Amino acid sequence: MPKVTYIEHDGTETTLEAASGDSVMETAIAGGVDGIVAECGGSMMCATCHCYVDDAWIERTGTRSEGEDDMLESAVCEVKPTSRLSCQIAMTPELDGLVVHLPEEQV
Amino acid sequence: MSMGPVVIVGAGQGGFQAALSLRQEGYEGPITLIGAEPGLPYQRPPLSKAYLKSGEAEKLVLRPQKVFDAKDITLRTGTRVEGLDRAARQVVIGDERLDYETLILATGTRNLRPPLPGVERALDLRTLEDAATLRAALDQPRRVAVIGGGFIGLEFAAVAASLGHRVSLAEAAPRLMARAVSPEMSERFRALHETLGTALYLGNGVTEVTGQGIGLADGTRLDADLVLLAAGVCPNVDLAKAAGLEVDNGIVVDATLRTADPHIFALGDCAAFPEARSGARVRLESVQAATDHARAIAKTIVHGTTDPYAAVPWFWSDQHDCKLQIAGLALPGDESVLLDSGAVLRFRDGRLSAVETVNDAKTHMKARRLLAQDAAPTRDSLLERNYDLTAA
Repeated sequence: MPKVTYIEHDGTETTLEAASGDSVMETAIAGGVDGIVAECGGSMMCATCHCYVDDAWIERTGTRSEGEDDMLESAVCEVKPTSRLSCQIAMTPELDGLVVHLPEEQV
Repeated sequence: MSMGPVVIVGAGQGGFQAALSLRQEGYEGPITLIGAEPGLPYQRPPLSKAYLKSGEAEKLVLRPQKVFDAKDITLRTGTRVEGLDRAARQVVIGDERLDYETLILATGTRNLRPPLPGVERALDLRTLEDAATLRAALDQPRRVAVIGGGFIGLEFAAVAASLGHRVSLAEAAPRLMARAVSPEMSERFRALHETLGTALYLGNGVTEVTGQGIGLADGTRLDADLVLLAAGVCPNVDLAKAAGLEVDNGIVVDATLRTADPHIFALGDCAAFPEARSGARVRLESVQAATDHARAIAKTIVHGTTDPYAAVPWFWSDQHDCKLQIAGLALPGDESVLLDSGAVLRFRDGRLSAVETVNDAKTHMKARRLLAQDAAPTRDSLLERNYDLTAA
């Protein structure tokens, strides 16, 4: 199973195994990562699963999905070129080892 | 800050969020979260959407048990609170009494079951157990009749139709989702559901449920071997009422979501609160209200904040390939302006009150931001830019 590492704003690192096809958000929720809120449960109705994809991975996670930009505009913390909604990144074997950084706040 | 025990009655999304937010705000006292349903707190919105198709119950769970353990939140599921003793500040569970310093009522709603002959034959869609029953029933071709053309009935109808079942739907009001959206948006969704092959009977209430289907007010009989009752909900106010708290279409709270008893708050679907912009006392059935209320109450408990609750309401409904999004809160009688884009702007007293969009996240999010301002944009100012919210 592909692994993903979450680095929270305070530096806390958590590495989790993702069920293939689960999103980076779903993996974080199942693993109890604090820095992801995911208020709407992945319905693209909020921006509370905001993450910054590590520079080394940005090519492989691909581009934002339709409507994701619009939702990200409402993210509480700064939106950077590497910003994604983690509900929109599906874990695949190619993403094994993915590193994402979490913002200070989600709400 | 008081560190006396907090007891939360109701472990839906709002009760869960209250427990989590209290810890995030720095509350260090004991927290007990009590839910009547078995299992970990879960999300309800997908029950009438993705879950019906996927059956993946584990994806509904809001947080795993280890999060409750790590945050020292005592979760008591399958537990029904039978009474409140406000004088002693205790909740009553069977023979047990549990002390509270602060009580949060997050009791949610239950389905309305109108006193129709045969109504016991109809299934509900409110809990995970309900949804699992419905999902199992859809494993063979069905003739489905849905009672009620609100969000739940329509979301279910859309899923059932897309799975190839024959679906009819009866609604007593003359249009779909009449309480929540403009006539223009109702019409758009009428067309959508008819395109999906669903037979709609509007302005035609149900008079009985039989072994053959349902009967309508005008005498029409709809054959069905699966009947879903989705005729709305009523707030669970019994505990509050029996304890002498004021109830008026929900547990009455002030602008800080506190009841007349300073030790008791109410949130989410069961709370009737003064909505900041309209001034109306409203009760909202939404994830947004539940979670925003929860966060506001946690801040009040921990930091003593008394800012009036003023979050902009938002809501969504997925029906087939249409994501309906609503920002703001329209009241009955608010004017509607249908734009070429398909968005509907609602106005009250010359100011924007709500925006309804379909598959248009950009406009929806812009509307949320515009409505969050101290004064909502005037109709004239929006007309000057051709009602294009995204141009602002």
